Amino acid sequence: MMSTNQALGILFQIYQSLLVVLLAPLLTGWVNQCRAWLQNRTGPGVLQPYRTLRKLFHKDAVMAYNASPLFRTTPYILFGCMWLAAAIIPIIAVGLPFSPAADVIALVGVFALARVFIALAAMDIGTAFGTLGARREMLVSFLAEPALLMVFFTASLISHSTQLPRIVDALAHHQFILYPSLAFAGLAFVIVLLAENARIPVDNPSTHLELTMIHEAMILEYSARHLALVEWASSLKLFAYISIGIALFFPYGIAEAGDWRALPLAIIALLVKLILAGAALALLETLLAKMRIFRAPEFLGTAFLLAVLGLLIHFLLGA
Amino acid sequence: MPISYSIQLINLLASMLLLIAFAMLSQRRILSLINLFAWQGLVLSLSTFVVAYSTDQHHLYYSAGLTLLLKVMVLPWLLHRLIRKLNVKWDVETLINIPTTMLVGIALVIFSFNLAAPISQLSESITRGLIGIALASVLLSLLMMLTRRKAVPQVVGFLAMENGLFFAATSATHGMPLVVELGIALDVLVATFIFGIFFFQIRETFDSLDITNMEKLKDD
Repeated sequence: MMSTNQALGILFQIYQSLLVVLLAPLLTGWVNQCRAWLQNRTGPGVLQPYRTLRKLFHKDAVMAYNASPLFRTTPYILFGCMWLAAAIIPIIAVGLPFSPAADVIALVGVFALARVFIALAAMDIGTAFGTLGARREMLVSFLAEPALLMVFFTASLISHSTQLPRIVDALAHHQFILYPSLAFAGLAFVIVLLAENARIPVDNPSTHLELTMIHEAMILEYSARHLALVEWASSLKLFAYISIGIALFFPYGIAEAGDWRALPLAIIALLVKLILAGAALALLETLLAKMRIFRAPEFLGTAFLLAVLGLLIHFLLGA
Repeated sequence: MPISYSIQLINLLASMLLLIAFAMLSQRRILSLINLFAWQGLVLSLSTFVVAYSTDQHHLYYSAGLTLLLKVMVLPWLLHRLIRKLNVKWDVETLINIPTTMLVGIALVIFSFNLAAPISQLSESITRGLIGIALASVLLSLLMMLTRRKAVPQVVGFLAMENGLFFAATSATHGMPLVVELGIALDVLVATFIFGIFFFQIRETFDSLDITNMEKLKDD
């Protein structure tokens, strides 16, 4: 017999998962709209990603004749991985039943799984662009991943746990303390976020015909519903990363475990934080210039350095 | 155990000092290097101010003000004027490439944290964890002096090293006597003037500020 609390927990878990899937394109639209405003353009409106998705789902898929089953299944795997990641992260409440399924290290693993599949699928058709994109993606991500892990380790050292809900709980629901180590980790995380989500200093998300592209080069061969799923998965990834950022560095306002009455307030807090984070991301992208691909390792090396410094400072200052 | 906010603030400022030391190490442009030096002075002055407030020592207010005046305004202004007159706005040349320098920097930080750990346990002041950070920023500035080829970045490294020492003095022993501080401040100011004259002399002799040229001055 299930208690009411458990039933409510499962209900809110389903609610969070659906909310994330539906909100993710809106966040992408909001970031694009902010960028358009900052560049003095009118912009297509925040709902444009939904229109794109609808259009893509209604088209007939075109497939290269030598495409293997891997190429066909990758969009679904990608979407599934990102959805899973977004369901694990505590976004509206801490004590949801699904979150103990994986800790932060497994979360990094989920992102890595998606990355391996998209890189393999990009090489599957055998076009030059796909292989080039896959190689560059690997160059960027093998440097970004250790930095991300170091950021998580810093947060884990503070809260003595690698479970995201417990990290959030330790940071949000106890006495407010300034953590210098988390400030370093935050800077490193922003760099990783920019690199992993194909954002401006490393990659340009709004280019299709340049030799500098990374993510777009990998998905050139996809069309219709497959492309829609890949695009939706990238939106989900951005949403997941921003949610991790919020969970680690600004968790204030999230509902405590079992405190279901705080939920409406938590959702409002989440929306406000997402709006602010999206605007900040757009501002950052407008201020920075796209860097040469061979500068990217140095950029990500800086992220790793900052994360390691955060770790060291935690050991020295105990904070 | 709740820690008071002033200590948290000092810890945060100390971390920023270390971060700026790393930023200086990775900087490729002379102008940004001088701006970073000014920021470091500002952080130093703020941390001195917080230490003065939390330990209620009035002479530290004077040193905070002196730091603000000298290291945030006068010295950067002097350096800016110098590079305008020398017309040396080009990029900084390094002896080792920058990622390697950063890795050496990390090693230095670990070394100085380890070195400072037993010393901090002897100290009884509230801010004892900071000796390691101060030592690390001194060593990082020294590294910057060693890895730069041109004279101006080396002088900025020297001044940043003095910043680290000053931070060690305020954080570990709550400041030196005011007489000593005034003396050091004056020394740094005079040193900058003398360096300025040196720059002109070096450039007149060699038509460049690359100090490797000075090796030719040996008596054979």
